[in-house]
Amino acid sequence: MKLLLFVVKKLARLAVLLIALSMAAFALVSLSPIDPVNAYIGADMLRVSPEQRAQIAERWGLNDPPVQRYLRWMGQALQGDLGTSSIYRQPVITVIGQRFTASLALMSAAWVLSGVLGFTLGVLAGGNEGSPLDRVVRWFAYTLAATPTFWLALLLLIVFSVTLRWTPICCAAPPGVLPEEATLLQRIHHLMLPAATLSIIGVANIALHTRQKLIAALHSDYALFATAQGEKRWGLIWQHGLRNIALPAITLQFASLSELFGGSVLAEQVFTYPGLGQATVQAGLRGDVPLLMGIVLFSAIFVFTGNALADLIYHVIDPRIRLGGGA
Amino acid sequence: MSDMSLPAPVHRLATPFSNRRRQTLWAIGLSLSFLALIVVLGQRLDPAGLDTNLQARNQAPTWQHPFGTDWLGRDMLTRTLRGLTISLAVGVIASALSACIGLLIGLASATLGGWVDTVITWVIDMFLSLPHLVALILIAFVFGGGLTGVIASVALTHWTGLARLIRAEVLQLKTANYVQLSERLGRSRIWIARHHLLPHLIPQFVVGLLLLFPHAILHEAGITFIGIGLSPHQPAVGIILSESMRHLSTGYWWLAALPGLSLLVMVKSFDALGENLRALLDPKTSQE
Repeated sequence: MKLLLFVVKKLARLAVLLIALSMAAFALVSLSPIDPVNAYIGADMLRVSPEQRAQIAERWGLNDPPVQRYLRWMGQALQGDLGTSSIYRQPVITVIGQRFTASLALMSAAWVLSGVLGFTLGVLAGGNEGSPLDRVVRWFAYTLAATPTFWLALLLLIVFSVTLRWTPICCAAPPGVLPEEATLLQRIHHLMLPAATLSIIGVANIALHTRQKLIAALHSDYALFATAQGEKRWGLIWQHGLRNIALPAITLQFASLSELFGGSVLAEQVFTYPGLGQATVQAGLRGDVPLLMGIVLFSAIFVFTGNALADLIYHVIDPRIRLGGGA
Repeated sequence: MSDMSLPAPVHRLATPFSNRRRQTLWAIGLSLSFLALIVVLGQRLDPAGLDTNLQARNQAPTWQHPFGTDWLGRDMLTRTLRGLTISLAVGVIASALSACIGLLIGLASATLGGWVDTVITWVIDMFLSLPHLVALILIAFVFGGGLTGVIASVALTHWTGLARLIRAEVLQLKTANYVQLSERLGRSRIWIARHHLLPHLIPQFVVGLLLLFPHAILHEAGITFIGIGLSPHQPAVGIILSESMRHLSTGYWWLAALPGLSLLVMVKSFDALGENLRALLDPKTSQE
């Protein structure tokens, strides 16, 4: 029952957020000096007559006042129609759906890898506070935080694709094969480097956080008590440490979806991986307003879901604040 | 024995890395001089290195061209330093703007309260609900790209953290005993703001500004790299790296590796500068 209330509350909040965000984004986009008709026509600029332009503007309803345009857009959006993408010539929903499936494979691989790796590094560093290992992990994590994602992607590309020739240079499938028809092995092969890029970048935050939490746990009263009872260092970490640091780490990992999305935009650009990130860049570059609006709303839902799941996991797992109280 | 061991502590104090404060000051000095070096070299280096020289194209790094040359025979070290200077300038302008926005909005939120506070909290939540890069692309698009687009997008997306910090700080100060005492003593609001609030807020602002630089520069490079930022006529580091992509498959690794490494070192020195100044200015850590 409490769970249902939790979900309903979150959904209501998401709805309000999406309405406010769509208004703000719509207002911003209509201020842009980039003329959507010109952006749509692109290189055919000279071959399109002013009358044809007027027709396109009329058909898209660009001559109406912004408020009216917003209400019309909103009305259609509520029926599941976010308009048609001008660069992919497909409904925005379809484009986002297809692209997100490709990105989801990439992002989930990176999400799991960076979580496991970052957590392990954090435990090793925090358990050996002040040791050379700890210093190395900390230096590594702080340096990663200053590393441009796209540069790391370029380095991996140079080493593994150009020099060693272990991995393909680009795309989601071998040349001449449609991404939908590629075998699972081929897909994984093309996914490896972009996923590695995102995993390496994602490690920094979680490793530093876990290290901090573990050090705090090891300096606590219950840790002191366990030590007095004769518990060894790693036994202490295993029995008392992990239990206390696992939950914040999971929460942090769910809350990092925003950065993961941003990283995937850059990584997909380097590896020409046909995911949602690449579509975002194209929409921004070529002035595809319906697609840009769709991606803004979709990415907000994505980030919101991550945060809501983090909250939910806290309530489900942590006995101290479990939903349903003392039951 | 005793006169042998006595001078040792004195000697220890004299070495540059003997205590935390000295270490911090050295780190600040080093980062500052490195950043100054980039700017000075970027301005002073012989512009002949930017000329096309087809006889010396695609050369791997040598003593004459430490960063190698590109497909037009331009010296990559000169290009990188120029690019870093552009990125630095954009980063500094954008983060200064962003810090000012953060300060004003934080102050407004804390002092005006009521519905202003509610609206501002909502706007901040809205910004945080979007992936940072999506917000950057959206705003750069709204401003029509180019230099204005980059500066506006970076400035308009980085103020939220500082605004929250300033808001919390002011709210906390307003309830502090000495501020309330001042009010009872009949001090004017301006007097209180000048004597009680500013001394706390200025260090926060300066450190907040410095810690914004690394993010601002990385995001500037990011959106320039994907092509929404500066045009190829303003070869910032992002442009250099994105141009290098076309030549990587032929094995010219130095086109990307070394400029990117320089960017990393520059971002890291800004980070070191900010973190060390914070340690120095924060009363909790300044005595360590």
